[in-house]
Amino acid sequence: MRIVVDLNRCQGYAQCVYLAHEVFRLNGQEALTYEPNPDDERRLQVERAAAACPVQAIVIARVDGAEGSATS
Amino acid sequence: MTLRATVAELVREFRASGRIVIVGASLAGLRAAETLREEGFTGSLTIIGDEPYEPYDRPPLSKQVLKGWVPADHTKLPRMREVDADWRLGVAATGLDRATKRVRLADGEQVPYDRLLIATGTRARQWPNPTEAALQGVHTIRSRDDAEQLQKALAEPPSRVVVIGAGFIGSEVASVCRELGIPVTVVERGSAPLVGALGGVIGEIAAQIQRDHGVDLRCGLGVSSLEGDSGGHVRRAHLSDGTTVDADVVVASLGSIRNVEWLEGSGLAAGFWGVGCDAGGRAFDINGVVTDSIYVAGDVARAPHVLYEYQFLAMEHWDNAVLGAEVAAHNMVNLEPHYRPHLLLPGFWSGQFGVNIKSVGVPPFGDEIVFTQGSVEERRFAAAYGHRGRIVAAVTFDHGKWLEYYGKLIEQSGPFPPPPPGWDQPPDMKPMPAEFPDPRVPTAVPDVVLTGHAPSERTAEFRPRRH
Repeated sequence: MRIVVDLNRCQGYAQCVYLAHEVFRLNGQEALTYEPNPDDERRLQVERAAAACPVQAIVIARVDGAEGSATS
Repeated sequence: MTLRATVAELVREFRASGRIVIVGASLAGLRAAETLREEGFTGSLTIIGDEPYEPYDRPPLSKQVLKGWVPADHTKLPRMREVDADWRLGVAATGLDRATKRVRLADGEQVPYDRLLIATGTRARQWPNPTEAALQGVHTIRSRDDAEQLQKALAEPPSRVVVIGAGFIGSEVASVCRELGIPVTVVERGSAPLVGALGGVIGEIAAQIQRDHGVDLRCGLGVSSLEGDSGGHVRRAHLSDGTTVDADVVVASLGSIRNVEWLEGSGLAAGFWGVGCDAGGRAFDINGVVTDSIYVAGDVARAPHVLYEYQFLAMEHWDNAVLGAEVAAHNMVNLEPHYRPHLLLPGFWSGQFGVNIKSVGVPPFGDEIVFTQGSVEERRFAAAYGHRGRIVAAVTFDHGKWLEYYGKLIEQSGPFPPPPPGWDQPPDMKPMPAEFPDPRVPTAVPDVVLTGHAPSERTAEFRPRRH
């Protein structure tokens, strides 16, 4: 699955780290890093993390995006 | 039929079966395509990108990808909806003919359009000496391939890395090196890291943070040449003070170049600082007249900003790519009075040395700075920038939650120094000079630039007086 975190919006509440620590990590007090392409088996964790984010900064793909990769 | 009805019919027809071409297949290009479909555009959509990859996100490249946590090919951007586009990836646009409304491609093909979105972004400035730049171990970092190669080089690991330029990317690379335990020397022509973006007062704090983390930071110096061994691998950097640093990886982080060369001869207001456009993303021609069919978004766009005295702002910010693309796409399929302006309050973030640096507004527009919250000693604070008695920007180190407070003040053109936020105030709230370098002095190129008219270029056509 593909995700992106809007880090302008992210304020380091770390709810995502609490709910999916293999996918989201804090580097220091509030600098978030994350795995943008987590395994599908983590989907539930990531969806919970996205729902729990107080500023709704986690964006999850709504469609599979394979188009565009095949033309070259 | 009335004229109004005719225009409405034309818009309906364009939305149903018009041809839109987007040049640039990165964050802005993808978000524009999604918005066009969201807005009900069902015509043909072509997206042209010079890289062979579908749109990917760049911020992770200089952080989690370099560190080796996330593979470079994991950065593909999530899709919010089907865009049903004809993707031309791995082929660059090489020219624009506005008379026949065609984009020329590197493979000789020509793609016709009714409306065009320019989202070609920027590329990394390469080390200026081509022979030295071609040495093995000399890297830049901008693309997925760049990040993949540099990550491999750091995994070796090298005995020492030299980073040339201490802007955000250079500082993030140095931070990753230290996290990996790799010795790193950072050479910066300016007086401190981040000085172009945040000024000398904040730059000095960034310098101390780098030194505390074991970075060998050399400011006020340039790299005069790179020396390779007989096998063509870089081994040494010669600095402008006559000293040398032995290193087997060199990262040139010298800022970016806007991808406008393909617009040469098109008659658009394209140049060093990007493509001029109005606040709705409509491109200007070289005379400053707005075009009807060509739009610009993302890093390559420069538009006048109401909050900053209508100076043209060019922003290499994630937010600007997303929101600028959405506005441009909306305006491409709508008519006055339904145009939207892209009046973004600029903002960016950078994670380095375990510190979350965030900013709102345009710091280089300010000439004064005041610490308003937290503690510089503890490296968690907020500071505001002022210009002629009003607040124009703010920066936070590990204090991101407060950025919204400052953002509101900036939007309202609030006073400087700003009213105390009533929490965590430092004992001394005295404004001081922000110490931005003279814009004419070359330093780490800032990623937001205030650009003005350059009459010496003589590209505008002046209208002679007839009477």
